[in-house]
Amino acid sequence: MEYFLIIISAIFVNNIVLAQFLGICPFLGVSNRLSTATGMSGAVCFVITLATLVTYLVNKYLLVPFGIEFLQTIAFILVIAALVQMVEIVLKKTSPSLYSALGIFLPLITTNCAVLGVALSVVTKQFTFGGEAHFLNLGESLVYAFATSLGYGLAMVIFAGIREHLAMNEVPRAFKGVPIALVTVGILAMAFMGFSGMVK
Amino acid sequence: MAAKSTLINMVAVLGLTCLLCSAILAGAYALTKEPIDKAAADKTARSIALVVPEFDSLSEELTISCDGKDYKYYEAVKGEETVGYAIVSKAGGFGGDIVMMVGIDTCGVICNTSVLSHNETPGLGAKCNTDEHFMEQWKGFNPSEKILSVKKDGGDVDAITASTITSRAYTKAVDSAVEVFKSIRNEQ
Amino acid sequence: MSSKGRLILDGFVRNNPTFVLLLGMCPTLATTTSAINGLSMGLATLFVLVLSNMAISAIASVVPDKVHIPVYIVVIATFVTLLQLLMQAYTPAVYETLGLFIPLIVVNCIVLGRAEAFASRNGIVASAADGLGVGLGFTLALTVLGAVREILGSGSIFGWKFIPGDGMLAFVMAPGAFICLGYLMVLFNKYLKKE
Repeated sequence: MEYFLIIISAIFVNNIVLAQFLGICPFLGVSNRLSTATGMSGAVCFVITLATLVTYLVNKYLLVPFGIEFLQTIAFILVIAALVQMVEIVLKKTSPSLYSALGIFLPLITTNCAVLGVALSVVTKQFTFGGEAHFLNLGESLVYAFATSLGYGLAMVIFAGIREHLAMNEVPRAFKGVPIALVTVGILAMAFMGFSGMVK
Repeated sequence: MAAKSTLINMVAVLGLTCLLCSAILAGAYALTKEPIDKAAADKTARSIALVVPEFDSLSEELTISCDGKDYKYYEAVKGEETVGYAIVSKAGGFGGDIVMMVGIDTCGVICNTSVLSHNETPGLGAKCNTDEHFMEQWKGFNPSEKILSVKKDGGDVDAITASTITSRAYTKAVDSAVEVFKSIRNEQ
Repeated sequence: MSSKGRLILDGFVRNNPTFVLLLGMCPTLATTTSAINGLSMGLATLFVLVLSNMAISAIASVVPDKVHIPVYIVVIATFVTLLQLLMQAYTPAVYETLGLFIPLIVVNCIVLGRAEAFASRNGIVASAADGLGVGLGFTLALTVLGAVREILGSGSIFGWKFIPGDGMLAFVMAPGAFICLGYLMVLFNKYLKKE
């Protein structure tokens, strides 16, 4: 039940893009076409889950025992950068087809604040899913990270679909490109606000 | 422009940068640790002063168990006499826990409340920290004469407009503080 | 006008990080629920930007090409952590309000972007001026967006309430952030961008 609540909450109620404002740059950058949007979502999903696993362990078994939690930011960003690089190398060697699908998005992911954002909030924030507020354990963190990235994918795919239609319409010159996209996201965010209060 | 990359200078530069940076940060951490702790202590002290009657000395942080949960509280003393208790209590609101400091005098009447941290929606639930009418009603609220739940649920607490969940949580946190107060009195 | 002055001015209008380069969108949208929050976030970024620009321009010539990105990230992360510690110690209330977005300055593309595009190939003073200009441009954009959202959403400005009542709450919440920024960008495009 708890896991179910985490999933619903992370995908719909606290959608990472539309409610938490993380990962906006790639969200606006690669959502022009549905195919690139799906590719990016896949890569983000993979990296967020993996990065949360590794940073959770680094935090628990390296930073906390030595009392150096203040190095969290620096340690996590290095772990993420190294991880992205490694994923890229491994994918290139083992699965060329997957690499050609996700490859070009991987370098962009290091500076996607959604990854660092999720990794940091999992270890620093207390969450309430129905019951008492608590820090997430490893299993919950992974479910949370995975569900959050699914939420990212959902927002991205919906938005890319809208944008493909938008591209065919006439908009006033000053609105062309990003401004109209932002207004559209705003309306999308309003729709997602309907979910708030669903999970307490 | 950038130097040529060889394995040795790459490892050396990267290693050196990391070492230097962690050294700087360790130094900064040591220097700021005291002010950081002081800032946190000041915040607690300020909110205690806000919620209990005038006092001249304060007890250390005390803990008491009530309904299977541990609560922190502070005892305010004036002269020889205890004048009130500041109890830290919390309840789940709309966006996470609302953590509060609740001041209760020795007769069991609430003196004042103050929010330590919350995560409510700005402009709606977040008003629990700014809405004057909502905050004022706690001063002198006597739980033995009035009912500690929002008017919608048949109680005597005026809820914040359009933020019933937040108001309920706030009330619940005050209610648990009252229970804690009772167990403190029982122990003595 | 001196070249340093020119650099600072460029950051304001021609290279405005928010309205023109579209960088650092996340903190722009997330922290601008009021003018003061926007201003604080802008100044926090300015602090990191100026210092990391200076440090990176100082070390750029000895950093091997292949590891320059990791080295820059470490330098930036160091200043961000320094900022976190200082804010926790001296402005704990602001630190709490801005929350997660202070550590996330590390991945703000503006900072790494300026390091890469400017600081790594210019002198320390010029890099500091560039950081200052871009930082001020960012601060200005955030403050304006924060002010607009605060006026529409809460009927106040910098905490001073001049319209009684509740205001249009949607502007304080997530949708308002996107819509306000969209419209501000339209105004910027229409009146300032065509030089």
